Amino acid sequence: MEFFRIKKDIPFMRHALVFNVISLLTFLAAVFFLATKGLHLSVEFTGGTLIEVKYEQSADLEKIRGALGKNGFSDFSVQNFGSSQDVMIRLPLRDAQDSAKQGERVMAALAGEAPGAALQRVEYVGPQVGKELAENGAMALLVVIVGIMIYLASRFEWRFSVAAIIANLHDVIIILGFFAAFQWEFSLSVLAAVLAVLGYSVNESVVVFDRVRETFKKVRGLSTPEVLDHAITSTISRTIITHGSTQVMVLSMLIFGGETLYYFSLALTIGICFGIYSSVLVASPLVMWMGVSREQFIKAKKVAAEGVTDDGACV
Amino acid sequence: MNRYPLWKYVTVAIALVFGFIYTLPNFFGESPAVQVSSAKVTLKVDSTTQARVEDALRAAGIAHDGIQLDPVGVKARFKDTDTQLKAKDAIERAVNPDAADAQYVVALNLLSASPQWLTSLHALPMYLGLDLRGGVHFLLQVDMPGALTKRLDSIAADLRSLLRDKNIRHAGINRDGDRIVIKFRDAETRSAASRALGDNVADLALAEAGLGDDLRLIATLKPEAGKKIAEFAIKQNINTLHNRINELGVAEPVIQQQGADRIVVQLPGVQDTAKAKDILGRTATLEIRMVDDSPGALEAGLAGNPPFGTEVYTERGGSPLLVKKQVVLTGDRLTDAQPGFDGQTHEPAVHLTLDSAGARIFKDVTRDNVGKRMAILLIERGKGEVVTAPVIRTEIGGGRVQISGRMTTSEANDVALLLRAGSLAAPMDIVEERTIGPSLGAENIERGFKSTMWGFLAIAVFMIAYYQMVGLISVIALASNLLLLVALLSLLQATLTLPGIAAIALTLGMAIDANVLINERIREELRAGMPPQAALSEGYERAFGTILDSNITTLIAGLALLIFGSGPVRGFAVVHCLGILTSIFSAVVVSRAMINLVYGRQKKLTKIAIGTVWKDGITTVDGQK
Repeated sequence: MEFFRIKKDIPFMRHALVFNVISLLTFLAAVFFLATKGLHLSVEFTGGTLIEVKYEQSADLEKIRGALGKNGFSDFSVQNFGSSQDVMIRLPLRDAQDSAKQGERVMAALAGEAPGAALQRVEYVGPQVGKELAENGAMALLVVIVGIMIYLASRFEWRFSVAAIIANLHDVIIILGFFAAFQWEFSLSVLAAVLAVLGYSVNESVVVFDRVRETFKKVRGLSTPEVLDHAITSTISRTIITHGSTQVMVLSMLIFGGETLYYFSLALTIGICFGIYSSVLVASPLVMWMGVSREQFIKAKKVAAEGVTDDGACV
Repeated sequence: MNRYPLWKYVTVAIALVFGFIYTLPNFFGESPAVQVSSAKVTLKVDSTTQARVEDALRAAGIAHDGIQLDPVGVKARFKDTDTQLKAKDAIERAVNPDAADAQYVVALNLLSASPQWLTSLHALPMYLGLDLRGGVHFLLQVDMPGALTKRLDSIAADLRSLLRDKNIRHAGINRDGDRIVIKFRDAETRSAASRALGDNVADLALAEAGLGDDLRLIATLKPEAGKKIAEFAIKQNINTLHNRINELGVAEPVIQQQGADRIVVQLPGVQDTAKAKDILGRTATLEIRMVDDSPGALEAGLAGNPPFGTEVYTERGGSPLLVKKQVVLTGDRLTDAQPGFDGQTHEPAVHLTLDSAGARIFKDVTRDNVGKRMAILLIERGKGEVVTAPVIRTEIGGGRVQISGRMTTSEANDVALLLRAGSLAAPMDIVEERTIGPSLGAENIERGFKSTMWGFLAIAVFMIAYYQMVGLISVIALASNLLLLVALLSLLQATLTLPGIAAIALTLGMAIDANVLINERIREELRAGMPPQAALSEGYERAFGTILDSNITTLIAGLALLIFGSGPVRGFAVVHCLGILTSIFSAVVVSRAMINLVYGRQKKLTKIAIGTVWKDGITTVDGQK
């Protein structure tokens, strides 16, 4: 079996502008949703209480709401998730004194009005902890970005690092944009997925750029767009197969992983799809427009003699 | 060129055997068990305890699958959870005949069901996190200012007794915020007091203030003393939590300090979470204060303006009471508290034993206040309640005190438990809580397992169809990656959580990248007309740099998550980082060893089963021209 029987290099760079405009529009839409709707943050970040209960039969949400209302709860949300038997109840933060006891009070309230609920999970996060988790999350994102920038800068010349970082950061914004647009819950595990996928898709740019560098050195007489086309074409088979395999795994989590892994794998799915697109079709044109040319690599060769990796293995 | 020296094959073989052995316990799983450990430091669990457990089970007619004795305690295995629960009750009755005064902690536990030889190699199943086995996780924040205030209150009481011992007359000692103000009528007394305090109390910095007949000595805590108090408060609270959790009967509780002022408590397998939270969350401390019974004072207090230095409390049973703010004694002076019955009235009561300093103070106070009332307050979560307010009939020496009045037997038990378990040095608040029901835990394991299995199968089918023999080798390498990762996690006894399982799945999905890189490169070399042996060798050589690159970028993200992540993210990050390391090894070394074994020996290799290698115009099958 061989999926990719490509006779000639595909002229990706001819459509460079189109790719970038598509990407820019998606990016702007993401920013728009982030600005207008904002992220639907989970209790881990906002603080509050989350209670999951399971009923033997389909749960009567109205009854549950009534039970909570009667017992003096306010601003709560009651939703089904997964199945009609599973109910998720969210309560906002209240004064620190009684928050920790909210789980028990909810169960007591349910026992009276909507009996038969089995407590599956309670999660309570106090305001201080929520704030810290959010701060640490932001810090982790920052460290990943800086770390990858340093790595790319040491590995390639600046045009490549800048292009790769732009392409991959805009992926992060797009994932967040999806979460804002559909008001999916943004939790700590989604953040983990975003960071994992950031590390993963930067590597895609690395593979293509490795090939670009190799082609510049080996083949004479090609124009810059032709070199880029060749590099992308010759790595495309690996790109599709690799990401396809990862996506199969993620899909399996999406299907079998249940509610807890649902948004995690959703973030990965978006990240993987946009990761391929942007690190190949957005990053490469950016490099081209920043004026990459053969001469830069001939010079680079001298540096290489002093010990810098230059043959950058690739597919 | 595609041959490994023997030592490389041996290394790979050893790694795989190691992976197999340490992964094995996870297949045996865990069997339900009951664990009996000592509730007291003085009481050792030994073979007699083991014999008692055996007898108890025999008497109750419960079959067990083996009883063992280890440093933690006696552990008995059972075939299912029903038997386990029955056995727990039987053992509980046998070793703790007096439920009020439990000598042993009898707890439900899970034991590795793997054979003895595996256990002796320290090959244990992965440690499952709370989201997989069910249980409670709390993050408690210790209220440090509260600890300091409490300590200052008790220092103020010490100063009072010190000055009285030295016959230095003062005009009042009060805590004002974070300092203690001592008033004097003349300067001589003040300097005498200053000397006395300087000699006896090292933790305080003293300063003089005031003029005329309003002379004051202001004592503040030295910074290092403050730091010591904070450290002590955390330690004391952890100890207290240990004691309380022992009373709950939890097999493997985790109680750890986190950061400067937080404590993590994890109680795996706890079913009755409400009870656990109740016991933990109750920051009960005992205070003994005097009651102000002066005429009219209570009425004024009820009207909203209690006399200076007093406050209104409600006695158990409902009647209000005016209590002085000055604390005579705190729970710190308590060495023991036992539930029991009043000798005369046969009412449920709690018997307290005080330490020597406490006993002396108590004796002084009761001597000076015969005929007056004394209030015993239980302070829980900032709210005080007067348990009882008896009239002092005579001087009470010896440090033995009894609290009785309007308590039920179970209340007496609870109060005794709370007091005995030690008072908390500082109040604590639950700032984070996760409770996971046991059924959800089991469901989570199944979900994680299914996701990984189906994902793996799909990838395996595709790889073998697309790359044939080389694809099969890639799949074996991927399987060995899984084996090594699980073995490593089991060996390190890292906590596996659902995000951890997700990380295993994701790592496998990403790890196949390395093999795809290699296989594509081999095909490309074949396409370029290289002989098969050279193509194999070249494929591995050239792909290695890229594999390293791709793993470094992922590792950067993994490490950042490990450093800044908390809770579920940490579980993800640990597995993710370990997975990256094992995947480099298995994708490069293990798969190369397999390739070398399969193809390396054939000198005249004409084709590699790597699927169709397509060339422009001519299609070659299986690398054959």
